[in-house]
This record gives sequence, C-alpha cells and structure tokens, in this order.
Amino acid sequence: MAYGDKVIDHYENPRNVGNFGTTGDVKARKDIGVGLVGAPECGDVMQLQIKVDDSGVIEDAKFKCFGCGSAIASSSLATEWLKGKTVDEGLTIKNTQIVEELSLPPVKIHCSVLAEDAIRAAISDYKEKNGVEEAKSQHAHA
Amino acid sequence: MAVKTPIYLDHAATTPCDSRVVEAMLPYFTDTFGNPGSRNHSFGWASEDAVETARRQCAELIGADRKEIIFTSGATESNNLAIKGAAAMYAKAPAGRSGRGHIITCTIEHKATLDPCKRLQKEGFDVTYLEPGSDGIVTAAMIEDAMREDTILVSIMWANNEIGTINEVREIGKLCHDKGVIFHTDGTQWVGKMPTDVALDNVDLMSFSGHKMYGPKGVGALYVRRRRPRVRLVPISEGGGQERGFRSGTLNVTGIVGLGKACELAKQEMDTDAARLSGLRKRLEDRITAALDTVQVNGHADKRLPHLTNISFGFVEGESLMMACKDIAMSSGSACTSASLEPSYVLKGLGVGDDLAHSSLRISLGRWTTEQEVDFAAEQIISSVKKLRDLSPLYDMHNEGIDITKIEWQAH
Repeated sequence: MAYGDKVIDHYENPRNVGNFGTTGDVKARKDIGVGLVGAPECGDVMQLQIKVDDSGVIEDAKFKCFGCGSAIASSSLATEWLKGKTVDEGLTIKNTQIVEELSLPPVKIHCSVLAEDAIRAAISDYKEKNGVEEAKSQHAHA
Repeated sequence: MAVKTPIYLDHAATTPCDSRVVEAMLPYFTDTFGNPGSRNHSFGWASEDAVETARRQCAELIGADRKEIIFTSGATESNNLAIKGAAAMYAKAPAGRSGRGHIITCTIEHKATLDPCKRLQKEGFDVTYLEPGSDGIVTAAMIEDAMREDTILVSIMWANNEIGTINEVREIGKLCHDKGVIFHTDGTQWVGKMPTDVALDNVDLMSFSGHKMYGPKGVGALYVRRRRPRVRLVPISEGGGQERGFRSGTLNVTGIVGLGKACELAKQEMDTDAARLSGLRKRLEDRITAALDTVQVNGHADKRLPHLTNISFGFVEGESLMMACKDIAMSSGSACTSASLEPSYVLKGLGVGDDLAHSSLRISLGRWTTEQEVDFAAEQIISSVKKLRDLSPLYDMHNEGIDITKIEWQAH
C-alpha cells in the first residue's frame, strides 16, 4: 500500500515520542492524563499522555504507539494538535480532521478513530484524577 | 561493494525467471509457434516435440513417467483439478446426495486447497481440517487418527508456504496406499527446491508451479500416478481433450518449455542452492536473534525448507515493520496490508499469539541472494525493530514487568 507524504513524514520523524514516567509514576501524578486504547490482537495500541498546567492548558503531550504507519502518524499528529489547547478544546479534535490532514485511505480510518479515542481517554483520566465531573460524552465516529 | 536496493527476499511468493529459461522459451513465441494439437503439419509436430521434451524434464525432476505429467496454468489449477477431480471420481454417492465421502486436509494449507475443499463440503462431502502441532507439522499419525471407512482423499501440502515446515509426506503416502485412499500433495514450495521421488514418496497426485522455481508464471503441472494405483480424475475443463482428457485447452507451449527448462535446471542446481541458502538463512537468523530479545522463529526448527524463515518480533506491528524495512521486499505474516485486520491464519493455527502473529516477517531467499544482501537485510530489520520498540507502549510495559496478556484491552 502506498502511504501519503504526511503519514511517511510523521512515521519517519514522529513528534513527541515518549512518556512522563513509568506506568506507576504517571498513575500517581494528578497533572498527567493517560489514555491507553486499542488491543494487541487488533494490531494497534496507542498510549497518549497529556501534561496539564494549573490553568487547564495542555502544556505537553507524549505518545507511544504499537501499530501500522497510519496509526503512528495519527497519534503523532494528535500530540501536536493537543499542545497548547485546554482540555476541553482537546475534546473538539475529531477523527475526521485527522483523516483529512493525513489523507488516510478508508481502510485506515480506524487509526484516526483510535487516536480520537486516545485523546478522550487521556482527558477523561486527567479529569477523573482532578475530580472534574463529566457527563459521558456521546460521540459518533465518522 | 554497495548493495543494490530494494533487495528481493520474497522468493516464496515468486522467483525471477532464470535467463536460461527465458532463452529456451523465446523461439516458441515466433519461430516454432505451431499448435501441438495440429497433427498434420510440421508446425504442430515441432511444438509437440518441444512440449514432450518439457514433459520429460518435469518427469525427471520428480521421478515420474512423462505420461504422468499434466500441464496446467499453475498450482492453483492443479490443486483444483486434483481435489475436485478426485472427489468427483471416487465419490461414494452420486452428486446431489450427502455422505459422498470423506476428505482429510489441514487448517494451514494454502487457500487453493482449502477453498476447493470448502466447495466440496457444500456439495455433500465431509472434510476434516486437521490442526498441526505447534511446530506446524502434519504427521502420518494425525492422518491415521482422522481416517474413516469412507475416506476417499487426503490432501496435505509438502512444505508450508508461510513457515516452510515439511510434512511427513512419505509416511502419509504409505498410509494412504495401505488404506486405498488417494493422496494429493501441494508441492508448490517443495518441488524444484528439494529432492522429490513420487515413487519412493508414495504420492498419487502432486501440484507444482513454474514461477516458484525460476520458471515463468502462468504454467504449472499436476502429477497423476498411472500405476499402483492408477489415479483417475473427472476433468474440470472439457473441450479438445488435450492432456489425455484431464485438461482441455490449447497448450501454453512457451510456458511449458519454460517450466521444463526450469525443472532441468532445478535438478542440476537444487543441492548447491539448498546448501548455500540454508547457510545464509542461518546467518540471517543468528544475527537477528543475537541482536534482539523476544524474537521467535516460527515452525519446526529443522524440518523446514532451507531458504525460508518466518520470524515473529514481539511488541512491534508487522505493517509498520515492513514500512521501516523499506529497502527489503518480504512478506508480512500479518494480512493487515490487505485491509483485513486478521493476523495470519497459518500462524494462528500453530497457536502463535495474536500479538506475535501480527508482527511476523516471512523472509525467503533465492538462487541469486548474496551474503551482502542478507547482512544488509539483517541490519535493517534489527534497526527497524529497535526503532519501533522505542515507539511501542507494549515494549515499555514488557520492560516494566507488566504482562500484556493480562491487561483487559478494549478491542474496538
């Protein structure tokens, strides 16, 4: 399968790879939200971590991804887009925007869905740790 | 000397044509173009002579009589003709009934065997799909356990196309002969690579293909035993009665000449090729396993084809691994690239976990693969796996001592 230029760019130079500490460390930290979505048997797992400052702005984001090139690119792009946004603004990122930005073909749309899920999971983890109530969001994937 | 990229390490998918094969074929496109079925002029006779020479070359490679070779369009057609043709001929009850007879095959056969068997199930035959052991091998004991009074056909491949493991063909053949059951083997990956003797190996029907042994695509053959037992088949394509009625249709003379030449060359060179390639494969496997942890070579350690290896790399995903190894042409154990999220059914059939089945490479070497190419490939694979593990959340968890099989993943 031929990949788009942007997918290849993110794949070859992934942005913001890493984490803010071991699984135990980040669990204990209230300023970090962690999202871990996907499953090894489906061939993709994304881990997204956000670091939120006192004013609720995502000052840093890191990812790790087990998955195809499009999954890696989608999560790399997600970290770029999250940085500088407030947690609530982060929730406005939609998988369709990722599809468009990376020109993902139909068979790779699930990668963008997974990235959106990872964003939501990380933000909801942060909110939960900080006692922010959030109504279970109903979102439909494209 | 710098290695020329991309490097082709997917010889189990197809091989380049040997230039000696191409040379042998060329006159039959233009000068000697007659239809071998034209019995009343010299154009036809010349083509017929060429076809008969090729038939002898094929027969000599596998220890058969030349009358036992039926030319086809390739191994898929050969498998279809063997399986459907034998089932129809040896059916216990007429078409349209159930209980027409029992067929034994295996879950990790090629689709060109499995799909004809599935078709026969719909037509009233019973099929047993044996599960091989974790080493990938189908033994005669497994076949014996599955045999029934109404078993009419056993179809077990000689060597597996994804993992290269070699089944107990000779023993299975003997068992079938003792029980009076027809034995077909798909020899696509085996013939031309390894010594074959249909008499000693007790094979009744055997499919093989030109393009897997440095011959052209679009041509193959089916060996059909003529003595003890004389195997009969109901043909699939009917018409001019070519190939003793087993396969009507004007013969693909150029392709057949190429297949014959490829068989002749294979007979001369297989021993040298096999010894050299098994050395290169060992070099490749040794380098990879020395440099990386959590790596698994799939299938039986020794009973496998010398030129093929299938390796699973823990914590990296197959498609991204192929993308990283951009200078090497090989096959992913995962079918992700075909838009399906299913990992290889062959690896799953061996009990390889989904996580590992998703991150496997099939690497198959060929007649012109060099040591430099193997070293380059090993380096690129190792550095790619390392790079992807740096990106992999699963590898972090593994290093933190977390068992990823114990996590409740949310499959979506």
